[in-house]
Amino acid sequence: MSQLIRKVWDIHGGIHPAENKQQSLQSPIQAAGIPPQLILPLAQHIGAPASPIISVGDRVLKGQMIAEAKGFVSAPVHAPTSGTVVAIESRLIPHPSGMSGACIVIDTDGQDEWISHSGVDDFRSLSKMDLIDRVRQAGIAGMGGAGFPSAVKLSTRDDKPIETLILNGTECEPYITADDILMRERAAEIIAGAEILRHLIKPSKETLIGVEDNKPEGIAALQKAAQGTGIEIVPFPTKYPSGGEKQLIQILTGKEVPAGGLPADIGIVCQNIGTATAIYRAICFGEPLISRITTITGEACSQPRNYEVLLGTPVQFLLDQSGFKKDDCIRLVMGGPMMGYTLQDTAVPIVKTSNCVLAPSAAELPPPPPAQACIRCGMCAEACPVSLLPQQMYWFSRAQEHEKLEDHQLFDCIECGACSYVCPSNIPLVQYYRASKAEIRQAQQDKIKAERSKERFEARTARLEQEEAEKEAKRAARLKAAKDKAAAAASNPDSSKTDLIQAAIERSKAKKADAADPAQDAIARAQAKAQDRVQDKGDGKVAAEDPAAKTERLQLLLASAERRLVSAREKLALAKEQASENVEAFATAVIKTEDKVAALQIEIANHQASLASAPAHDAADPAQAAIARAMAKRAGVSADESDEDKTQRLQNLVATTEKRLAAAQQKLSTAQEQNDANVAAFATGVEKTQSKLETAKQDLAAHLARLAAETPASAETTPAPSSSDDPVQAAIERAKAARAAQADMSDEDKLKQTIASLENRIARTQEKLSAAQESGDDKAEILADSIAKLQDKLASAKQQLG
Amino acid sequence: MGFLKVSSPHAHGPMSTASVMRLVLLATLPGMLALTWFFGFGTIVNVLWASITALAFEALALRWRKRPIGFYLNDYSALVTAFLLGIALPPAAPFWLIMIGTGFAILICKQLYGGMGYNPFNPAMAAYVMLLISFPVQMTQWLAPKGSFAGDLLGPIEALRYCFGFGREAIDAITMATPLDVLKQNNSLLVSDLWSQSPQFGQVAGKGWEWANAGFLLGGAYLIYRRIFTWHAPLSMLAVLTLMSLFFYDGGSSASGGSPFFHLFSGATMLGAFFIVTDPVTSAVSNRGRLIYGALIGLLIYIIRVWGNYPDALAFSVLLMNFAAPFIDHFTQPRTYGHKTKGADK
Repeated sequence: MSQLIRKVWDIHGGIHPAENKQQSLQSPIQAAGIPPQLILPLAQHIGAPASPIISVGDRVLKGQMIAEAKGFVSAPVHAPTSGTVVAIESRLIPHPSGMSGACIVIDTDGQDEWISHSGVDDFRSLSKMDLIDRVRQAGIAGMGGAGFPSAVKLSTRDDKPIETLILNGTECEPYITADDILMRERAAEIIAGAEILRHLIKPSKETLIGVEDNKPEGIAALQKAAQGTGIEIVPFPTKYPSGGEKQLIQILTGKEVPAGGLPADIGIVCQNIGTATAIYRAICFGEPLISRITTITGEACSQPRNYEVLLGTPVQFLLDQSGFKKDDCIRLVMGGPMMGYTLQDTAVPIVKTSNCVLAPSAAELPPPPPAQACIRCGMCAEACPVSLLPQQMYWFSRAQEHEKLEDHQLFDCIECGACSYVCPSNIPLVQYYRASKAEIRQAQQDKIKAERSKERFEARTARLEQEEAEKEAKRAARLKAAKDKAAAAASNPDSSKTDLIQAAIERSKAKKADAADPAQDAIARAQAKAQDRVQDKGDGKVAAEDPAAKTERLQLLLASAERRLVSAREKLALAKEQASENVEAFATAVIKTEDKVAALQIEIANHQASLASAPAHDAADPAQAAIARAMAKRAGVSADESDEDKTQRLQNLVATTEKRLAAAQQKLSTAQEQNDANVAAFATGVEKTQSKLETAKQDLAAHLARLAAETPASAETTPAPSSSDDPVQAAIERAKAARAAQADMSDEDKLKQTIASLENRIARTQEKLSAAQESGDDKAEILADSIAKLQDKLASAKQQLG
Repeated sequence: MGFLKVSSPHAHGPMSTASVMRLVLLATLPGMLALTWFFGFGTIVNVLWASITALAFEALALRWRKRPIGFYLNDYSALVTAFLLGIALPPAAPFWLIMIGTGFAILICKQLYGGMGYNPFNPAMAAYVMLLISFPVQMTQWLAPKGSFAGDLLGPIEALRYCFGFGREAIDAITMATPLDVLKQNNSLLVSDLWSQSPQFGQVAGKGWEWANAGFLLGGAYLIYRRIFTWHAPLSMLAVLTLMSLFFYDGGSSASGGSPFFHLFSGATMLGAFFIVTDPVTSAVSNRGRLIYGALIGLLIYIIRVWGNYPDALAFSVLLMNFAAPFIDHFTQPRTYGHKTKGADK
């Protein structure tokens, strides 16, 4: 026969623990009967728990769906017999941790009354989708132990054609005989289920049933039932853990399921034989999964055997029928001795995955002796079915070296327990691996969490930065608008413009009324009134204003604006110190006031220039006219500043700006270190100071170039008239002469000259200041100080002037 | 009330560390008997005295380390160290030499590192090397084999007397260079002449030595049969030693390194292959790693025996490879199920 010569492969490692299967095989499958109460956990499978569709108090019939699948990877739950739902509550469930979970509790009525149901006579008449849906509706989940919803496993994709369908009848765990007895007694049902699966999966190559050779009766029964079907029964040497899905695939096909992949990836689908039977009953009779075969065995049970058990039957109900002696039982194991977990309470129910309840005596499975030191004997590595190095992983696990554990493929460990079984030092190796897996998973969760919060933080920072940039852009736009306005005013110095500027000053004054010093405010109002009076006198015509009076008025306005500027700067400084929210508002105020001061200064200069350009209209004061001329010239080309002076000044300017730049950069770096919110503002400040420095340097360079170019030229042109005098000097000389002639006027003139010079200096300083303010430079305070001093001088000069 | 709450697996195999160690001790017996047959009771006395002192040092160290003494003495690991050291030392070695050896092995090489399982070097071999360097005279006084001199072999009483320093002068009369030593010192005679002239030589290797090695080979085969260790390390060590001696064998000139048979059955070759190289604690862990580990020890043994300064080289070779074992482990991770490459998929 072909079955006998079929090649099988060997898995690495493996062990041969005492089988202990005969005890429970002495008697046939027996129906366990209907317990008074059934406890049906909503999560008997891998995936999302089912969702109840009945209410407490409802009467349910056998086979009635009581909880529906929730999502794709899920399975519904059905009532195993007729009765009344008495509770939907948390009950102890079979779980390694001994935890509770949501359960539907049914008080049975003993009538075992079926809901109407029917199967199909010819499953081949149904479509694949229809069949899979029936499997899903029947709530079938892998009955070998894992409990993966079968419908999901059967939903193979067309792009992954299946070559081989494997039915797993290995049952390699000691003690368990649920599959063995199923093969012996219900081989025909298994084969019928296999036919349905074959029809569903349509394996292109073969359908195999793998069975360990320690089940000769089962193999014989299957072979008899499978005759003529083409389904091949493949016996292979008994070795634990051959029944693992991946191991069985390797034994039967020689292929390995890729790490992290599924059997379908290599064209294989694997199902437990119990699952095949359940599928057969679901398709051919319309019976959902409401019972299973469970082995009750162990020396603490005098009558070990297999039961056909309604799902939800408490373990105690089964133990009672098996002659269970609690005092003899050292531990109660759900599953086999290699991979099962201990139960703490006999009230837990049998679920879809419960293949065995083992109640051993102390002699049978004694409590583990204390672990000795690992001597790296390597017996574990010899036993490992997936070729890991358990001894190395043990050391890494103890040292919590997660990276090395992953490097040694910890997550490929199937927790079969072969390593722990052979360990001569009794080290609970699997326990270490479980703990390390949990730790690593936790660490990964934590890492994901940390990454998410980092993303959130970065998004927030970016948003704040964008907002800041927008604000900055607005601020710059405002500043530019103000400057354009001032420039427009300067380039168009006609009297109506002057009027406009004055009106703007008025508006500003009104606006700043609450921010400004009350005294200053009063002064400003007084000035405004005075101006009104002047205008009234001049028949509303500004042009008719007396030039001298206008000069005075403008100077008054300038003084007032300058005072306000000083006050605004003080406030700004204070606000900055206190990190007040109003910094921005104050800064805007300062900038505006500066603009106004600058505008006024320009106006004064223009006015004086116009005076100087029309000296004939004012013959009464030739001296002043001369002075005005000189000043006008200076206003134009800074003529009254000697070239050396200008060079000096420009150099000073460059030096100061450089200092300020250094200070600004210092501030920026400090802010960056401290993660200050003002980093962006400081950065802008640095940039602006840099551009200022550039301008100053260019000015200096241009000036020096001009000097170099002009020196020979002026040497040519100037000697002709009078060797010691240039025209300005001459004008001043003339003015002085005239002043000497009118001795009573000379003091006032001198003072006026001083005032003009002071004002000029103030204007320049303020320009710098406004730039510094813009950039948040703290040199601004120094500049403000110097402005204040100059203004003091100016004020005293004006006082002298009367 | 209350069932045991433990994690799987619930079943455990029959093997324990103590039973492993007991089997190892048992397996040394054939070789030890051969040594006694050819060299007298000196080796037995060595082993007994080494066992007593080793257990005493072990107990002392455990007491200092506040560990349960009975629990750890029961693992038999100190006895294995004592047996191996006692066998390796010249028969009827002075009691103090043995005591220093076991003290060094147990206290320094084993307990100081954290006890069983934590020692990076094989304690018996480390102690042997320490003694060889410190007491070269005592360490090279090997007894003459049976039949090579007039008179009787050491009896148990004599051996005890010599061991504890009574009339030790007399022992000089019956010591001889070992065959490895003789071959090494030879530079004038053909190997065949050497063989016929020196009483130390037997059928294929040293007289008595060939039988002692055969005894250890037998014991080792038994341990492999009992799956106490795998064949990988011993076989690769012996194979490389054979290949090396075959490759450099010149038919027996005066400068000959010795035939493969001579190397396989002389000195500590078989003791090393099956009882030292297989020490799981200090060797490589994977089978592939053990192949490399054993092969390199075989290579070093030949190199040191033939071109080095010491006539036997096992202890040095093993210690050197103890250093390399973690390194070998790093590069010889086995291919895990479902993975394409060896080690990590990177």
